[in-house]
Amino acid sequence: MNIRIIPKLDVKNHNLVKGINLEGLRVLGNPRKFAEKYYNEGADELIYHDVVASLYQRNNLSSLIKNTSENIFLPMLVGGGITNTDQIETILNSGADRVFLNTAALDSPPIIDNIVKKYGSSTLVVSLEVVRSNEKYICRKDFGREETNKELIDWAKEVEFRGAGEIIVTSIDSDGTGLGFDLKIAEKLSNNIKIPFVINGGISSVEQIDQLLNISNPSGIAIGSAFHYGHIDNDYVTQHKLDGNIDFLNKKQKYKNFGKLRIQEIKKYLKKKFKLN
Amino acid sequence: MNDVAILNFNMGNLFSVKCALNYVGLKSVVTDNAEIIKNSKSLIIPGVGAFPEAMKRLKEKKLDNAIYDCNEKGKIIIGICLGMQLLFSESNEIKKTKGLDLVKGEVEKFSEKSNLETKASFNVGWNKINTNKFKKNDSYVSDLDKTDMYFIHSYHVKPRTQEIKTSTSFFYKKEFISSVKQDHIQGFQFHPEKSGEYGIKIYKKLKKELENQK
Repeated sequence: MNIRIIPKLDVKNHNLVKGINLEGLRVLGNPRKFAEKYYNEGADELIYHDVVASLYQRNNLSSLIKNTSENIFLPMLVGGGITNTDQIETILNSGADRVFLNTAALDSPPIIDNIVKKYGSSTLVVSLEVVRSNEKYICRKDFGREETNKELIDWAKEVEFRGAGEIIVTSIDSDGTGLGFDLKIAEKLSNNIKIPFVINGGISSVEQIDQLLNISNPSGIAIGSAFHYGHIDNDYVTQHKLDGNIDFLNKKQKYKNFGKLRIQEIKKYLKKKFKLN
Repeated sequence: MNDVAILNFNMGNLFSVKCALNYVGLKSVVTDNAEIIKNSKSLIIPGVGAFPEAMKRLKEKKLDNAIYDCNEKGKIIIGICLGMQLLFSESNEIKKTKGLDLVKGEVEKFSEKSNLETKASFNVGWNKINTNKFKKNDSYVSDLDKTDMYFIHSYHVKPRTQEIKTSTSFFYKKEFISSVKQDHIQGFQFHPEKSGEYGIKIYKKLKKELENQK
């Protein structure tokens, strides 16, 4: 089975944004344009995440998904603020293949069973956003804003038991740092659950991916900053009236930690590692 | 006249199929209307979801007759994912259910034994299609050997005649049939509209065939 390389596009008010530890979201550009670049570079899938949806209790992505479907022929996983099957219907009808949930599942776990019953396991991914706290990993909701009492593996097992098809796990401590994914999380999931899981947060080099794959077997690797910062469009801010944190774009900065990792480089490495033909 | 009628029985990613057809320049309509299907040059049956529910909806909307009508007239019929499985004789998904029976064979679940590594019973992701052995079939996949396609399914087809196979793929160590062709009918277990430029080639071939019919 091929490990999927999945650019993750966090969206706030129609802009691509990215933070560090899920905070301080910077506006980086037009998500649609980034998606197109990733499609042309050979991405296996795209994730769109409406990062303020959960707070405002709505998902605002359907026009973006429709627009993307017109000439980007890739599987799309979409989430953020989903609380009911009507929203799922709208998202799937706009061209997405699968949806992910975090907050709604933590608030009311049986929603997992209900969605699985209606759409099948393969349509539902549950997102786990975890922070390290005294050697334990605790799940958070509302895009990392609110702590819960669920421990990573307990919750992952419950999610699996209720029928979710896949897990995407974000290490909040690693997110946006470029310092690699928290390997303990990957190891724990590999050892404790049978459903596939995608890791998200911190990856910025092939060496980090190699370390990850030496100790765990994720089904996919989601990458944000390390891809996005290589594609910054500094003119975006002058072409559009933007709200949000646009200082980064205004100053025409480069972010030194990021910007060199490319999808093809990772694929070349994976091919060699797994001797795929 | 529409080039393609995309069968709408409220299951599956119809919008993506329509986008792919638009992209290659085919005029299509998403419909559950038998008249419109009759007046289209070809038919695509998409589908994501469970087999019994899909058959139930097809029959409720009398779309099974519309499909048989297309078949009798020799129109191109393409089944994608569940849409391909519905063309077969029967499936054991949830409960034994009769399919459209245009292609003789059964639809079966991946056994958990086929995948010792994770025990996951469904296949999500990219797999190669192997078409080299089946070149004589002249299908839309015949020159796409070893290309990666996007799959999302837990059941796979087992045709009774081997001649209709056009490709196989692997789910871990289990080899399964990933596409078929029987006369004017073709089925793809993967989603060409989600499989990048190689998937789009399949829609381009449909376009070419429709142009040659003129």
